[in-house]
Amino acid sequence: MKDFHVVVLIKPSPDIEKVKFDTVRGVVDRSSAPLEINPFDLNALEAAAQIKEKLGGEITAISMAPPMAEPVLKDAIARGADRAILLTDKRFAGADTLATSYTLASAIKKLGKFDLIICGEKTVDGDTAQVGPEVAEHLGIPHVAYVSRIEGVSKERLLVVSDMGVPYLMELRLPGLITVTKDVNKPRLPTLRDKLKARKTKIEVWTADDLADVADVNRFGFSGSPTRVVKAFVLTEKKRKGVIFKGEDAVDKLIEVLEREGILR
Amino acid sequence: MSEYKGILVFSEQRDGDIHPISFELLGKAREIADKKKCEVYSVLLGYQMREKAKELIYFGADKVFLYDHPLLKEFDVINYKQNMVNLIREEKPEIVLIGATPLGRSLAPRIAAALKTGLTADCIDLQLDENGELIQVRPAFTGNLIAHIKTSTRPVMTTVRYKVFKARERDLTRKGDIVEKEVEIVEDVGVRVVRKESVEVVNISDAEIIVSGGRGLKKPEDLKILEELANLLGGVVGASRPLVDEGWISKDHQVGFSGNIVRPKLYLACGISGSPQHLAGMRDSEIIVAINIDPSAPIFNVADYGIVGDLYEIIPKLIEKLKNRKRGVKG
Repeated sequence: MKDFHVVVLIKPSPDIEKVKFDTVRGVVDRSSAPLEINPFDLNALEAAAQIKEKLGGEITAISMAPPMAEPVLKDAIARGADRAILLTDKRFAGADTLATSYTLASAIKKLGKFDLIICGEKTVDGDTAQVGPEVAEHLGIPHVAYVSRIEGVSKERLLVVSDMGVPYLMELRLPGLITVTKDVNKPRLPTLRDKLKARKTKIEVWTADDLADVADVNRFGFSGSPTRVVKAFVLTEKKRKGVIFKGEDAVDKLIEVLEREGILR
Repeated sequence: MSEYKGILVFSEQRDGDIHPISFELLGKAREIADKKKCEVYSVLLGYQMREKAKELIYFGADKVFLYDHPLLKEFDVINYKQNMVNLIREEKPEIVLIGATPLGRSLAPRIAAALKTGLTADCIDLQLDENGELIQVRPAFTGNLIAHIKTSTRPVMTTVRYKVFKARERDLTRKGDIVEKEVEIVEDVGVRVVRKESVEVVNISDAEIIVSGGRGLKKPEDLKILEELANLLGGVVGASRPLVDEGWISKDHQVGFSGNIVRPKLYLACGISGSPQHLAGMRDSEIIVAINIDPSAPIFNVADYGIVGDLYEIIPKLIEKLKNRKRGVKG
């Protein structure tokens, strides 16, 4: 019987609680926070680990990121991946979701074996939720997005609940792709042993040349990206009144305001 | 590139009802089209929807492309994608607008990848530059950054957040064509709906008034007082992520980056400190009121009105006074 192969796509992203924004230049100060696994992808890794507990097989984590993201992939190993591949090359830089998804899909093709691809619902930095479904399209496989529960798994199909505003129970034939929400599971913390294993595991590095036999390298990075950020600025919060009511009659004052604003009639 | 003309709006339907975001997109498309002097098209995929297709004309479409097939009744990402790709290749619209609903955000990337065109997610504004090119405005970094994005390929594809644009008045005198298109069906797409789960869900993104609770609540039963307050105000109960994680309340009530993004008339935050993730889900509310015991809580930075104090004292008082007010009793 053939092994079951799960691929988890991981985005190394800055800790959104710590990252600083340069309000003058309208950019993110990437040095202000170290890269970590995009929080939504922790659920993707946990889902993969739970499926492996049932079906056996192998989990491969893939990221497209600068070389400094290597510790993030080590963390993915500690959280259940058997193998981790870092796609890193100057030619991958400046990629939008189309180029990113094409590059990731090319790496999966190169890998040659996969039954199930799992992605987090979205990332905390890009926040597009586009890469997962785009990867599925590049590979010509079906996908289910916003998976909030995995009801059943076999080597041939998956039974999942997809949260599309209302929940739908869906059957996905494999090979296929799912994007998971934070509700799908509670990610475990890696044990000391997991961390030791991660320290010993070598992260594989693939460049654009490594994908040249399965892909059109012009579709990577900046040259393969049709969307451009022409301007960016740090959000200035809408000017709010900031009126604080104090003392015994604070509640009365609030009611008065709600009347004035037309909330209470 | 100039062969691409017009704006195509994807009309989302569920159980035969058109999602209001489709009318909002038609309103914005109409405004852009009038500036660009081009037409607005809409596309509707479903089953026996001809009557409903007229609504799209009343709300601003010049032409509606109708794909009518029993297998298009429920959302089927592969067949929806295939027919959308066919339509875009035939009609060559310059711009394609899709609602940034879960359905739209699952479908649009597949269409864009198939067409090898650029797609911008979850826009909160659309503008035209001096050359008539579309500028897509969207938040990034959990709502901390705003980016203006242009697309060099055609069509320019965009998903747009619910409730950022206003629909036009329904105009029954508007005329337009409904063009029935040939449907391409892939019989076995590899994914199918087994059933719709029968749970009652609160559609919090439609609510005008939301009374939300956070970590300041001590136990699950205390959500009842928020419920009572919400009922008095004619609103619904929301919650920050920790309460949902603890299983105190279901996910459909969750407000925040990983929950629902809301923009009600009144957002009343009770015992919510205001993490970046939470603010990303409610900062565009019309009026924000915060009740929190900690005067340094970040929620006060985005609040129009605030009361610093114990919600267990303030909310019962507020409830009592609102009840008296209803009864016509002063104070």
